[in-house]
Amino acid sequence: MKLDLSSLTLATAAERLSRREISSRELTEAALETIARTDARLHAFLTVSADEARAQAAAADERLARGEPLSALDGLPLALKDVFSTRGVRTTAASRILENFVPPYDGTAVARLRASGAVFVGKTNCDEFAMGSSTENSAFGATRNPWDLTRVPGGSSGGSAVAVAAGQCLGALGTDTGGSIRLPAAYCGIVGLKPTYGRVSRYGIVAYASSLDQVGPFARDVRDAAILLEALAGHDPLDSTSARVAVPRYASALRAELGTLRVGVPREYFEEGLQPEVESSVREAIAVLESLGASIEIISLPHARYAIATYYLLATAEASSNLARYDGIRYGRRAGGAQNLAETYGRSRAEGFGAEVKRRIMLGTYALSAGYYDAYYGKAQKVRTLIRRDFDEAFARCDVLAAPTAATTAFALGEKLDDPLSMYLSDVLTISVNLAGLPALSLPCGVDGAGLPIGLQLIGKPFDELSLLGAGYAYEQATDWHSQHPPAVEQAP
Amino acid sequence: MKITRDDVRHVAALARLALSSEEEEKLAVELEAILGYVEKLGELDTEGIPATAHVLDAGPALRDDEVRNGPDVDGLLANAPDRSGSFFRVPKIIE
Repeated sequence: MKLDLSSLTLATAAERLSRREISSRELTEAALETIARTDARLHAFLTVSADEARAQAAAADERLARGEPLSALDGLPLALKDVFSTRGVRTTAASRILENFVPPYDGTAVARLRASGAVFVGKTNCDEFAMGSSTENSAFGATRNPWDLTRVPGGSSGGSAVAVAAGQCLGALGTDTGGSIRLPAAYCGIVGLKPTYGRVSRYGIVAYASSLDQVGPFARDVRDAAILLEALAGHDPLDSTSARVAVPRYASALRAELGTLRVGVPREYFEEGLQPEVESSVREAIAVLESLGASIEIISLPHARYAIATYYLLATAEASSNLARYDGIRYGRRAGGAQNLAETYGRSRAEGFGAEVKRRIMLGTYALSAGYYDAYYGKAQKVRTLIRRDFDEAFARCDVLAAPTAATTAFALGEKLDDPLSMYLSDVLTISVNLAGLPALSLPCGVDGAGLPIGLQLIGKPFDELSLLGAGYAYEQATDWHSQHPPAVEQAP
Repeated sequence: MKITRDDVRHVAALARLALSSEEEEKLAVELEAILGYVEKLGELDTEGIPATAHVLDAGPALRDDEVRNGPDVDGLLANAPDRSGSFFRVPKIIE
């Protein structure tokens, strides 16, 4: 019988592998076959590394046959957002400027998963340089939402979310700078975790905004997210911002009972622009947590409404500096026919970057330029302090905060493409978490009238991913939103 | 804040982006709209509030000053758009 990956999780697949009921080869072939059958429609992948995946699966099967798996991930097919450097496999950041870039090394997150025996089926589509909320800013075409092919999957890590939701793999990695894991997880009806800033090494990921970027997993349920975080987390001497904080055994700590948990509900996250079904589903989810023993308290994050403005000054300023490295000299695209060095820079970058990347570089350069630095960049750094203090006060009284991940369900392809500001506002409920460096989990908690998934966002204290995973796991045991799948996507005839 | 075509050209020169005139025109409108939106930060009194550059409390990460990676010239040059032997080749920079 043919394997259907969407009926499996990392945990159940690992169990069946250890009982020798299935092989890594079968899992990997099922992933590759699903990609071949569905990806012309979904466009979740920019590169499918079939040969490498088959070789990794064969090696995993040998280890499993000897009864010597490397870890709970040995032999399981995963996908990687195309901002993770992968040795010998093209890494584009969905940009023309890196279209032919083949990294000579693995980033740390990839190296850790490789050492765990995971199989990499390919590199997933995203907004160019992770700049966007819909995956429409990819230089290689948009990704479609498997729940409704006329809608966006969210972004920027849309390809990774779709690959997991559509059964093209069992789990995936993304990055989250302003919501880029949580928003697509919510729009695609899966689990996405943005760990604490510093929890997972960022060595070897294409940098966007370095004081905000963080690596995290997409998974079909909370247990799987815990398994992936356990493999990824921990100090790395190659990333000076990675924290020296002990990593708990996340997966084995999960319990169906919630225990005592103080849940704060930020008033400002329910104030305006919420789709009614999003509000009712999230309130219902909070009532489920209460019925499991949590105490619920309304709290306030008074500076929440300044988060988008703060973010789009700080993130673009950092991006303008980070992306200065793409100069057409050492790697990446170089424009032909330039007469001197300045022209080489200017034309290589103009030809290589897409419209949104140019817009953010321009905005960031403006915010940092002489005469405007204090009014824009300096001011935003101070407001960032106020936003952090809001959370400090909330967490003096609460263990986790509960809110929607996004104000609406997935919007239509093209709907916000010509209006940058309205696209930026898609991140209004996720972005403060990055400014404060906190961990946050998005998990499915309902569907709207059109059958589109709704995400519940749980926000935690620094380095307390365990409380988020614990609350999410207890919620999953009491509900079954995580076991819903999108309709089957078949190839166009 | 009014953003003119000249403002856009000045910032594009700083950012080393050779924009087309259509791009300049469009960016002037878009940047003006986005900067108009971020003006709302001006509502807040931030006198005496310290800046947050980074959320980590830990100090700088230091390590012993020892050589760890040997020279892999071919690996480093493998993605170069243009090379000559063990060098990156660039257009003439001295007039």
